[in-house]
Amino acid sequence: MRRQLLYLIPAVIFGVIAGNFLWGLISDRDPREIPSVMIDQPVPEFDLEPIEGMAGPGLKSADLTGGQVTLVNFFASWCVPCRAEHPFLIELTRREDIRLVGINYKNEPEEARAWLAQLGNPYAAIGADTTGRVGIDWGVYGLPETFLIDAQGRIRYRHTGVIDAAALNKALQGIGK
Amino acid sequence: MIPELGHFALVLALVVAVVQGVVPMIGAWRGDIAWMSAGRSAAYLQLIFVAGAFFALMHAYVTSDFTVHNVAINSHSAQPMLYKVTSVWGNHEGSMVLWVLILALFGAAVAGFGRNLPPTLRARVLSVQAWIAVGFLSFSLFTSNPFARVFPPPLDGRDLNPLLQDPGLAFHPPMLYLGYVGFSIAFSFAIAALIEGRVDAAWARWVRPWTLAAWCFLTAGIVLGSWWAYYELGWGGWWFWDPVENVSFMPWLMGTALLHSAIVVERRNALKAWTILLAILTFSLSLIGTFIVRSGLLSSVHAFATDPERGMFILLLLGITIGGSLILFAVRAPALQPGGLFAPVSREGALVLNNLLLSVACATVFLGTLYPLFLEAFTGDKVSVGPPFYNRTFVPIMVPVIAAMALGPMMSWKRADLAGVLSRLKLALGAAILAVLIAYTQQGGAILPVLAMGLAAWLFTGSVVEWGGRVKLFRAPLADSLHRARHLPRAAHGTALAHAGLAIAMAGIVAASNWKDEAVQVLRPGETVELAGYRYRLEGVEQGQGPNYTIDRARLTVTTAEGEFVTLLDPEKRLYPVRAMPTTEAAIHTTGMADLYAVIGDADGQGGWTVRIFHEPMVPWIWAGSLIMILGGLISLSDRRLRVGAPARRRKTPAAAAPARA
Repeated sequence: MRRQLLYLIPAVIFGVIAGNFLWGLISDRDPREIPSVMIDQPVPEFDLEPIEGMAGPGLKSADLTGGQVTLVNFFASWCVPCRAEHPFLIELTRREDIRLVGINYKNEPEEARAWLAQLGNPYAAIGADTTGRVGIDWGVYGLPETFLIDAQGRIRYRHTGVIDAAALNKALQGIGK
Repeated sequence: MIPELGHFALVLALVVAVVQGVVPMIGAWRGDIAWMSAGRSAAYLQLIFVAGAFFALMHAYVTSDFTVHNVAINSHSAQPMLYKVTSVWGNHEGSMVLWVLILALFGAAVAGFGRNLPPTLRARVLSVQAWIAVGFLSFSLFTSNPFARVFPPPLDGRDLNPLLQDPGLAFHPPMLYLGYVGFSIAFSFAIAALIEGRVDAAWARWVRPWTLAAWCFLTAGIVLGSWWAYYELGWGGWWFWDPVENVSFMPWLMGTALLHSAIVVERRNALKAWTILLAILTFSLSLIGTFIVRSGLLSSVHAFATDPERGMFILLLLGITIGGSLILFAVRAPALQPGGLFAPVSREGALVLNNLLLSVACATVFLGTLYPLFLEAFTGDKVSVGPPFYNRTFVPIMVPVIAAMALGPMMSWKRADLAGVLSRLKLALGAAILAVLIAYTQQGGAILPVLAMGLAAWLFTGSVVEWGGRVKLFRAPLADSLHRARHLPRAAHGTALAHAGLAIAMAGIVAASNWKDEAVQVLRPGETVELAGYRYRLEGVEQGQGPNYTIDRARLTVTTAEGEFVTLLDPEKRLYPVRAMPTTEAAIHTTGMADLYAVIGDADGQGGWTVRIFHEPMVPWIWAGSLIMILGGLISLSDRRLRVGAPARRRKTPAAAAPARA
């Protein structure tokens, strides 16, 4: 009897594997999504100058631990989807509870200035990451990417791609707002 | 009109498959000869219909009929004719038709060449084969119809993915499918045997040729894919442990185990349940592979663009086929009569060890491939499993396999004299030490690759020594040895060749993985870069035009460090405008012992070009060794005993009869 149960083992193992496959198909996972390892980590140290030729204070990591919920938006003039999300970012300036800052990623200063002049500047402060080193620390692998920083200066959410109201609400819900 | 005829032919094939799945099985149960022979006619009919559908689809591609949706998204009128033909299987729907065609081909082959099979067994095998066909024909017809029309038809197609417009990759899918769909026959034989309730030496004798044929094709398919990746992707790499590569490798590992296990069933009537399980698992791994590639579960460069609905259908097929067969195994296998006993140190023992290690190796590859999915289901974390894992698990498991391979063929059945075998392998040990010394003085550095080269030499020399022993090489007059060689069963030659081929390929793999060298530099015309004793000078880059692409072609002159001319290399960068996709064509020069591999990158805008040079030691040995392995398999396949199903009558030789070891 026990010997016969032994023969059942392959079928049982297959059952577990098939169950795993079934889960894979019916859950709404995206196999291409790569979660950020920076979630729940404090903001990485950085200190960026403002975009050359623009007035402003630049951006550094200390600015993000000021006790306010902040959105950090990585953008560039050569990034086409950034244009698509820009109107939403302009709208965000009307919100009192969220501060929006930008990091200009690997962009020539003249082109960044022209882009912001044409479309408007929604950012309270902008840091110019011309070499991309700060982006590496944040784990940025494509533009646009937007990070939600809570009041304690920890990264709580990373959104890849164009950000819209739905994505923002989902992110805010995650930190209990 | 013709696409509709093709569609109809596919439907007819499904109907025939249903009949083929039911009638012979009932006939075998009732002992009705007429119903059992219906299986053969049905198998031929099914082949005719599926082939008709396949060629109807090919006709649509060859004539660039863009009213057929499949042709419109995968072909283009400017494509060279070869790629119009191979585009048939360069996409999900078309490749499924190829899949079913090969299934039908093997079924018809059993119907045609299986005349020496007992009618009940043959009828059951054909029925099981038809069940699989019903599943996949339904999948094709209900979820992946290749003959769907599109209206209005586009002016031109969307072109085949440029990476696939390549002779090597054109033939990689048919070879692969002949391989792992070919294992469906072993599966059908196993299920038929379980239903009959009898596994014996005759069954093993009948199952082996089909398994061997599938194994040869699968080896060829995997090697083609590797070779293509090597010369096309431009990094000089040929194996990435990508999930889709792994799903072709796992049936190969299990199929190898099955080949060897079937020998034990045939000779000693032992290991029956295990061999049946292997036959089921080998094809099950093929099916799981088909599922993974087409369901969108794992992201991979290989994965066809599909949707979860198709994934569900295949998962259902998997559940019925694999789940059903494993439950049948659990119910029927305990009743199989246990066979001959053997001592642990014996040929059977060595084959059990071979099987055990290959199965564990396959299990580690399986674990590595599916672990990310498994972990995500339970914790939500995403991890990726790559070469570091496989290097630490798969490679150490293969080491005892390679070591034992030299010993196994020399051991006798039932009880072997290990000391005697080892003493006959003194030459192999000497060769291994020599190889270690040569590798160490040439390369130095890490000790493990050096030792691995010794292991490869051990296996190669051991295989030669074993074959030499059979023909009494150097111990009898040469004419006598030749006479013996001519009358050896061909499987003996095949074994020696296959094992030696693996040793050569292994040497190439070790060297290529550990002693590869690379140089990347921006060169202006006239400038040189030096790597591994060769000097590469960029002469210039010119623009050109292909049939459906534009070219940047560089010319490099290669000389040795002393200035002696070696060759000219012309790496290219191509742009396929229809899909706006660039590809690189590496320029490779082989010296037999190494490959000189050049790739051209982007221009820097100031007259310079990025040039990447790779020095790939012993990569040609990988391809050569694999070809020798396949040759060994084919020679074994031509063994008279496998075709006739009875031992060949041996003419009396003048020398004293050697103890039968074949």
